[in-house]
Amino acid sequence: MTTITSTQRSEVGSTGPAGPRKRARRSGDGVAGYLFLSPWIIGILLLTLGPMVTSLYLSFTDYDLFDSPEWVGLDNYQRMFEDARWLKSVRVTALYVVLSVPVKLACALAVAMLLNNERRGRAFYRAAFYGPSLIGASVSLAIVWKAMFSDDAVIDRLLRAIGVNTGGWAGNPDFSLLMLVLLAAWQLGAPMVIFLAGLKQVPRELYEAAEVDGAGPWRRFRSVTLPMISPVIFFNLLLETINAFQVFTSAYIVGGPNGQPAGTTLFYTIYLFDRGFGDYRMGYASAMAWMLLAGVGLVTLVLFRTARGWVYYSGDKR
Amino acid sequence: MRPRLSTVAWHAGAIALLAVVLYPILWVLAATFKPTEDIIGSLQLLPTRVTTTNYDRAVEGIAGISVGRFFWNSTLLAVLSVVGTVASSALAAYAFARLRFRGHGVMFVLMISTLLLPFHVLIIPQYVVFQKLGLVDTYAPLLLGKFLAAEAFFVFLMVQFMRGIPYELDESAKIDGAGHWAIFWNILLPLSRPAIITTSIFTFIWTWNDFFGPLIYLSTPEKYPLPLALQLFIDETAGSDFGALMAMSMLALVPVILFFLFFQRFLVEGVSTSGLKG
Repeated sequence: MTTITSTQRSEVGSTGPAGPRKRARRSGDGVAGYLFLSPWIIGILLLTLGPMVTSLYLSFTDYDLFDSPEWVGLDNYQRMFEDARWLKSVRVTALYVVLSVPVKLACALAVAMLLNNERRGRAFYRAAFYGPSLIGASVSLAIVWKAMFSDDAVIDRLLRAIGVNTGGWAGNPDFSLLMLVLLAAWQLGAPMVIFLAGLKQVPRELYEAAEVDGAGPWRRFRSVTLPMISPVIFFNLLLETINAFQVFTSAYIVGGPNGQPAGTTLFYTIYLFDRGFGDYRMGYASAMAWMLLAGVGLVTLVLFRTARGWVYYSGDKR
Repeated sequence: MRPRLSTVAWHAGAIALLAVVLYPILWVLAATFKPTEDIIGSLQLLPTRVTTTNYDRAVEGIAGISVGRFFWNSTLLAVLSVVGTVASSALAAYAFARLRFRGHGVMFVLMISTLLLPFHVLIIPQYVVFQKLGLVDTYAPLLLGKFLAAEAFFVFLMVQFMRGIPYELDESAKIDGAGHWAIFWNILLPLSRPAIITTSIFTFIWTWNDFFGPLIYLSTPEKYPLPLALQLFIDETAGSDFGALMAMSMLALVPVILFFLFFQRFLVEGVSTSGLKG
């Protein structure tokens, strides 16, 4: 995939392919360059480009790891659309992306707004809210999360105390995905830190001018903050969307390889793992991987397209 | 008086919100000191009967393998990953940031374009090759990529950092007759310390938490790192020894929490300057 994030793009554009501005002797760097890059070159050939070509080939074959691959053309791709579990995994993943990304970003922005001031202690709060990001995707935390949301455990009891009777979310098909959405939102730290960096760049004069014009807090947020940080929103949106498509560990610990309960946590990556490494349908799993790449690529493309309408770069003549 | 009142209100709000966010960590910490039957079915956070038997059983481990063994496996994988990632990424970054050679531009774009490539399109052929080479159930598949700068995020992070180091330093070293290796080793590498620390910590934590790689490649329990050992514990006990499971989960989190406490400045800075995922 050749998509890069917006903030990175500007940096790449200015100093990327052109290389260092002041150049050393034109010749003489060649051998040294390849030597320094040799581990990366070997890696990109053996671990990235080679496997990509092979995986594309395997996606057109029937391959069980032991007999040699048998060419079946587009069969794997066609079968996907008749495969009820594949369709289910697409729905689960799409729903998760659509729910978890906005919820996580909204929480991250809210906390960032709260911490965006000059008060003492904000560095402490920033670090403390960031912490969960580091452990949120671990097996340990998935175990803890599942325990907290099990029958009669703390969340169930709290909800019952206010008259909501759902039972444990971990075993309830209506709530199991929501539980994982909340786990995603809990890891609001990384996008929050990026939002904070963006909020710091908003010129104070804009708020003062808006206030003079009689804009209230909501209006200032809508008309100053949001447009000014839209590049950062876009960056976070892109990164979190791509990550959400690939969630695996928490879902696997909560729902196992079959997406319990009732297939409601059968994420795309879980199904891919189950087909590839549970049933050794390597051809089918490869085709699934390429469909995932196509899906993520398509969503990225759509995001970049819509970005023209709402992402504001200062210096734009609009 | 009004600004001070608003400051108090702000702190109260921030602390209340923080308490909600940090509650799961407090909950599990408290749970590890409760008897199993008190963990579920009670709203009380603090244990009424304090016990350390959960930790005693967690330390015993699972399937006859002590938790110390799993800790050692995780540590070995994480430390080797850090060494490999820092070395290979720094070498690649020096070439991208400082050297001119044919194909520089194309390779840089290639490196950037692998940043967000879902690794799922790579794992099946990689697995097939490692299987044919007889390297499944060894650490080789988990470590090889680290020594070959496969994590483009860190290459990019170091390239960006090295570009900020004044070029005059290289020039004057060159006049003194230093070659590329000397410039890299004596000038750029020491000055890139902050980027190296950020790379090291993130690599350590990501490797420590990694579940998918070990799940695919490792099958002998003696070789399992902690995340896989936790999964094994769930399978073997069918969730019956809940207290010990909580204690083992907590033990697995301790190194990450310590890293966070000691290096939080580098972690937060790393995210805000490069957009690293958490």
